Amino acid sequence: MTDSIAVSPMARPYGKTSFSFSRLAIYVTLFGAAAVYLVPLVVMLLTSFKSPDDIRTGNLLSWPQMIDGIGWIKAWDIVGGYFWNSVKITVPAVLISTFIGAMNGYVLSMWRFRGSQLFFGLLLFGCFLPFQTVLLPASFTLGKLGLANTTTGLVLIHVVYGMAFTTLFFRNFYVAIPDALVKAARLDGAGFFTIFGRILLPMSVPIIMVCLIWQFTQIWNDFLFGVVFASGDAQPITVALNNLVNTSTGAKEYNVDMAAAMIAGLPTLLVYIVAGKYFLRGLTAGAVKG
Amino acid sequence: MSTVAVFNKASPFDTLQRWLPKLVVAPSMLLILVGFYGYILWTFILSFTNSSFMPSYKWVGVQQYVRLLDNDRWWVASKNLVLFGGMFIAISLILGVFLAVLLDQRIRKEGFIRTIYLYPMALSMIVTGTAWKWLLNPGLGLDKMLRDWGWEGFRLDWLVDQERVVYCLVIAAVWQASGFVMAMFLAGLRGVDQSIIRAAQVDGASLPTIYLRIVLPSLRPVFFSAFMILAHISIKSFDLVAAMTAGGPGYSSDLPAMFMYSFTFSRGQMGIGSASAMLMLGAILTILVPYLYSELRNKRHD
Repeated sequence: MTDSIAVSPMARPYGKTSFSFSRLAIYVTLFGAAAVYLVPLVVMLLTSFKSPDDIRTGNLLSWPQMIDGIGWIKAWDIVGGYFWNSVKITVPAVLISTFIGAMNGYVLSMWRFRGSQLFFGLLLFGCFLPFQTVLLPASFTLGKLGLANTTTGLVLIHVVYGMAFTTLFFRNFYVAIPDALVKAARLDGAGFFTIFGRILLPMSVPIIMVCLIWQFTQIWNDFLFGVVFASGDAQPITVALNNLVNTSTGAKEYNVDMAAAMIAGLPTLLVYIVAGKYFLRGLTAGAVKG
Repeated sequence: MSTVAVFNKASPFDTLQRWLPKLVVAPSMLLILVGFYGYILWTFILSFTNSSFMPSYKWVGVQQYVRLLDNDRWWVASKNLVLFGGMFIAISLILGVFLAVLLDQRIRKEGFIRTIYLYPMALSMIVTGTAWKWLLNPGLGLDKMLRDWGWEGFRLDWLVDQERVVYCLVIAAVWQASGFVMAMFLAGLRGVDQSIIRAAQVDGASLPTIYLRIVLPSLRPVFFSAFMILAHISIKSFDLVAAMTAGGPGYSSDLPAMFMYSFTFSRGQMGIGSASAMLMLGAILTILVPYLYSELRNKRHD
């Protein structure tokens, strides 16, 4: 015991013993809290597999008397089409806004010009912008362009209002790279795109991941733009889910509601489980400035 | 002769190279100027007109602002924002710091626990709202569950209680964001110099004292960032209200973002809606400007 402390004093800086009552209390608190955080997800899953009768007789955390998939089938019937709308909106919007962010970030860090700092400052404010201040003019513009109530219109909106964050990600990433690297390449005669493609792009994989995941979660989870700019056939899944849950016609089918909520939540949840590291990094990178 | 040739050959390329960076950012710059600043100005102008269902450019001065400030629903929404924002920020911060400090005690399975605390942040507020609306359902949700489990007198009907419905929003929002606050503080704690803590321990300070007096005060910047983000989330909160309560019962759980949406897009009162959007921008600016100011000042000191 004393030996191990002597060998690596950093190993246990706070406690002197490996087991004590207080450590037990810490573990109980931490796991208890984790259980509480999990409750809504567990309840959603359990409810989605129950029959309506089962929901009325049992309670939130009671096990389904019989696993009933009808909730999921009905939910997919209702929101399935909108799920694909969300895919059609999210995929192009994420790719385009990430590409634009990379280009802007590259210029703002490696090819500064007079006014580029001002541009960056103006862009930064976009991270804080309450979108309520642009909704009306944006909807007039989409109407004029003939893009009102289309998924294309939403792609455009997400690209424009996502640009602030994507640029910020890449700019902050490239600023940390010594520009001697770029200067040397420039002396060798490499051009704007060659330098980007040959030198910066290969080392950008982490920030590209962060940016893709951040944009994916933001756009998939968006509700405000979806509800304002798209109605009817073009609406994304969040809007469809909200309509389903908040319609008051007929008997409420909570199993269908919960299955639909799971369908809407699964894509981002999966991304989080698979690439949580990048998700967190994006949150904190976006967070410090946004 | 040859130099001229070289010059001629290089010149267009050089010129292009010089202009290329500007050309590349020009479209973005245009979009930012129009889509951000032009549109804000446009909304600002609309807030001084009598626009209703359709935009109109008949100037009415500050009339829309006067009507807004006379509107009871706007005051309910603003008071709710103060109440909701205050409680949401305070509870998320306390919970987040508390969990981060506990997780910082060299916990086994730390990564696993962290993943669970943070997963709500990946979900849409609409999904969160749907889930909590069901959990807080009077009659079938937690209300029934705790009675089934033997707590006979338990009643939880806040969702339909005008006085308490805002607390429902707070619960759901804290569930979603507190894990994120935890993650920010945990990252901050990992940056704290361990030797300071050990020195204090040698001096006989207890662990809670060390955290309260030394470690947490050194994380002031993290507090500011977390505060900023949480305040920002609360001012923009719209989806959560839409999914959980739709502003009801009545308009008792309205928030400014919800007010703006319903006046502008459902009730055909663009003028008032624009005025409320401008006040929301003002609210963001009052927390943003001091924050950016202190950030920039700190940078200069570095």
